[in-house]
Amino acid sequence: MKVKQISVFIENRSGRLREVAAVLGQGGINIRALSLADTSDYGILRLIVDRPEEALTVLKQANFTLSETDVIAVEVPDRPGGLAEVLDVLGSAGINVEYMYAFVEKSSENAVMIFRIEDIEKAVSTLESRNIVILDNERITRI
Amino acid sequence: MIWNREYESMTASERRQLQCDRLKHILHYVYDRVPYYQRSFDQMGIKPSDFKKLSDLSKFPTVTKIDLRDNYPFGLFAQPLANIQRLHASSGTTGKPIVAGYTRNDIDVWAEVMARTLTCGGCGREDVVQNAYGYGLFTGGMGVHYGAERIGATVIPISGGNTKRQVMLMQDFGTTILTCTPSYALNIAEVGESEGIDMHKLKLKAGLFGAEPWTNEMRANIEQQLGLTAIDIYGLTEVIGPGVSSECQEKNGLHVFDDHFFPEIVDPATLEPLPEGELGELVFTTMTKEAFPVIRYRTRDITRLISEPCPCGRTHVRMERVSGRSDDMLIIRGVNVFPTQIESVLLAMKETEPHYHIHVFREGTLDHLEVWVEVNERFFSDEIKHFEALSKKIAHEIQSVIGISCRVKLVEPKTIERSEGKAKRVTDHRKA
Repeated sequence: MKVKQISVFIENRSGRLREVAAVLGQGGINIRALSLADTSDYGILRLIVDRPEEALTVLKQANFTLSETDVIAVEVPDRPGGLAEVLDVLGSAGINVEYMYAFVEKSSENAVMIFRIEDIEKAVSTLESRNIVILDNERITRI
Repeated sequence: MIWNREYESMTASERRQLQCDRLKHILHYVYDRVPYYQRSFDQMGIKPSDFKKLSDLSKFPTVTKIDLRDNYPFGLFAQPLANIQRLHASSGTTGKPIVAGYTRNDIDVWAEVMARTLTCGGCGREDVVQNAYGYGLFTGGMGVHYGAERIGATVIPISGGNTKRQVMLMQDFGTTILTCTPSYALNIAEVGESEGIDMHKLKLKAGLFGAEPWTNEMRANIEQQLGLTAIDIYGLTEVIGPGVSSECQEKNGLHVFDDHFFPEIVDPATLEPLPEGELGELVFTTMTKEAFPVIRYRTRDITRLISEPCPCGRTHVRMERVSGRSDDMLIIRGVNVFPTQIESVLLAMKETEPHYHIHVFREGTLDHLEVWVEVNERFFSDEIKHFEALSKKIAHEIQSVIGISCRVKLVEPKTIERSEGKAKRVTDHRKA
């Protein structure tokens, strides 16, 4: 159920973001979703890719500072109020979302959002009990 | 092991007598041969014959780096060039360097004190010494080289730099003793690790590190990364080069080879001699040097002297590790800051690498201190809040030690320039 997210430490220097994208491109790795959290000095680029293990290897070889985090990819109804409904489910179970970001592509009629949550197991069971679909790595790759 | 038991384990009264005789000799020697000293003694109205006992030395004038520089290059030599076998020089980052000349006998004394230093570090005939101090005008390379040869150890005169090759030879030649600056030792450890070499499996047993101030936290870090005993050695070009003092295996103060170099501690403001155990500026008089003797040279290093006996059996007076060289001291918003203070904070934290750089800026009339620190991969997180908490924690710790606020900038690992000799830790943009 968990999806591997790769985080890259990026100093605030021109061209640094491009280097990450270029390394992944040369490795034939496709970026499926990303978000960038930034401060004035540095940023953290979070990536969902089609082949996380290979992505880790090529980025490591290029001397990037990395970490792997488990996140979940959740199908969110693509209509007004759809995200609020999912967040309500989590909120009423007392589950806090650290951060989230969206996939560009849809899965069937639903949007896909990445959630970073401390207690993943609890989030998964809570969401599934309400028939909310959680995508695994394999499905992510096929989106 | 003690290299020269006769001189290194003398009784206090024997040593005092020897120092008294040697100081009497050197004061006459410089007065007769170096016009500078004749003038400066005359100005103070003091004659070499006024020296009767050790405490009389404090009546003689001190000499500073500026005095040495004003007499560039050979003005303070006590021997004609014909009797001088070799010249070394300090790095001279500001203006002209300090030039040191050595007679045949000076080189012999230097080899002797360096043999003592290496023996302090546990080096014997069977050892393989990889000497990664720079060879050349800098005294580090040749100083260690002659000392190691005097002992009869096997010397690898590799000099600084070419770090991958250093690691390769360390493996292939079975290096047991590494000599270099502490910052370069860290660089070697890092390159070894990135080459996939387990440095603990090497035969390294000791490292003799000096030529830049470093902290006990840095020592622990080097020892853990390289799997060796790290010994602090001390010296300066103006006195002889390395070999002025050295830690022994006790790692509790550096034994000053005070049968050749007489140490004093003075108040840097008043130049009054301070009682034993008090912190002050270290001053040296060379008692046996022929070519370039110095009388009461102010080192600008702040330390204290300890005369309690050391369990190792050496009876030399010891000096505490130099916590800061006044030359490295930064004055930020009127507060004295030593880079080593910041180093000790960073090394005590698990989350950062031992690589840092200090930037000082002036915006308007206010000084700003910025500390660049490499993020440690093991503590990398996907959340900004962790980094913000880390920067805040580092800034807070630094402020609690140095008393002024600073900005901490986290940078990518391996982006701060690695040292191959003396590390450059500070960029003062106020001077630009």
